[in-house]
Amino acid sequence: MNDRLDWQTGVKDSLPIVFSYITIAMAFGIVGKAAGLSVLQVVLISAIDFGGAAQFVLVTMLAAHSGLWAIVVAVFLVNSRMILMSTTLAPYFNGESMLKNILIGSFVTDESFAVGMNKLTQTDGRLSFPWFNAANLMSYLVWVAGTYAGAIIGDLIPNPEKWGVGFAITAMFIGLLYLQMIADKSIKFGIQLAVVVFMLVAIYFGMIFIPGNLLVLVATIAGCFFGVVIKHAFQ
Amino acid sequence: MPSSEFVLITILACGLATWLSRILPFVFLKKFNLSEGVLEFLSFVPVAIMSGLWFSSLFVQHLGHLPSLNVGNLLASLPTVIAAILSKSLLVTVLVGVISLGLLNLFLAH
Repeated sequence: MNDRLDWQTGVKDSLPIVFSYITIAMAFGIVGKAAGLSVLQVVLISAIDFGGAAQFVLVTMLAAHSGLWAIVVAVFLVNSRMILMSTTLAPYFNGESMLKNILIGSFVTDESFAVGMNKLTQTDGRLSFPWFNAANLMSYLVWVAGTYAGAIIGDLIPNPEKWGVGFAITAMFIGLLYLQMIADKSIKFGIQLAVVVFMLVAIYFGMIFIPGNLLVLVATIAGCFFGVVIKHAFQ
Repeated sequence: MPSSEFVLITILACGLATWLSRILPFVFLKKFNLSEGVLEFLSFVPVAIMSGLWFSSLFVQHLGHLPSLNVGNLLASLPTVIAAILSKSLLVTVLVGVISLGLLNLFLAH
């Protein structure tokens, strides 16, 4: 990575994202197809919702016949970290037009955000619209194309549940959870671990009286409050 | 799966919610700032929601009673966690998880 901020460099700097996206997008296509969605529906989810883990949540809750609002709130909560990332990025595009700001915001992902934060260390704290937009759009195109390829492949695998494919979503959450815990330096690992343990207890006992599709939501809100409280208690 | 109308409406509603959480900070941030407390609360969302989704797949709900265990998912989670820690790769973690449950299904079926 160098200090150039034109769109060609944006395409080049996004290549690591592209390689990791192809595989996860294909996994999403296969899982969505296995859950009972059509190829078109699976591709629409990637094209319209464009949200990584949130898409797996969406498919899981659709398959479980959850209500519309429970799904929308869950997807919003999973993606609410986008508020944090957009809030962090917005000041770097202060000088650009509102339309360009909305374009950057519409396609920003965890990965393009991470690459952008990395780029800042090379450019004396500058980002540009052509560079970031190119990295965003590359990620988007590969995500949608990879989903389509995965859905087609998923069509060819008979009875995928027998082969443990349904566990791909849970395995993805386990992987995302661990990567999040080691990457987020703003919260101590021990505190994050305490939140995970709290969630296990909350989910187990919550199952007695809170219906499944509401439980994750209620437990998450309680888990966030718990995290804030112990973070302050141990400072 | 629910009807295709329901699926389409859900996809669109989720798309709108996701889009708004992406662009509204860009639109409003020149005028307002989120309070420290809200930002701190939001910083715990990813860890809490990921672990919540994971743990809810380990149990089978019986309202009014303690849940029973989903033994297949519980056992498959062990190699998956180890794979996540050792590989730090999402792809490897997903592959190990799927293969683990696939093998368990073979054993549990026999």
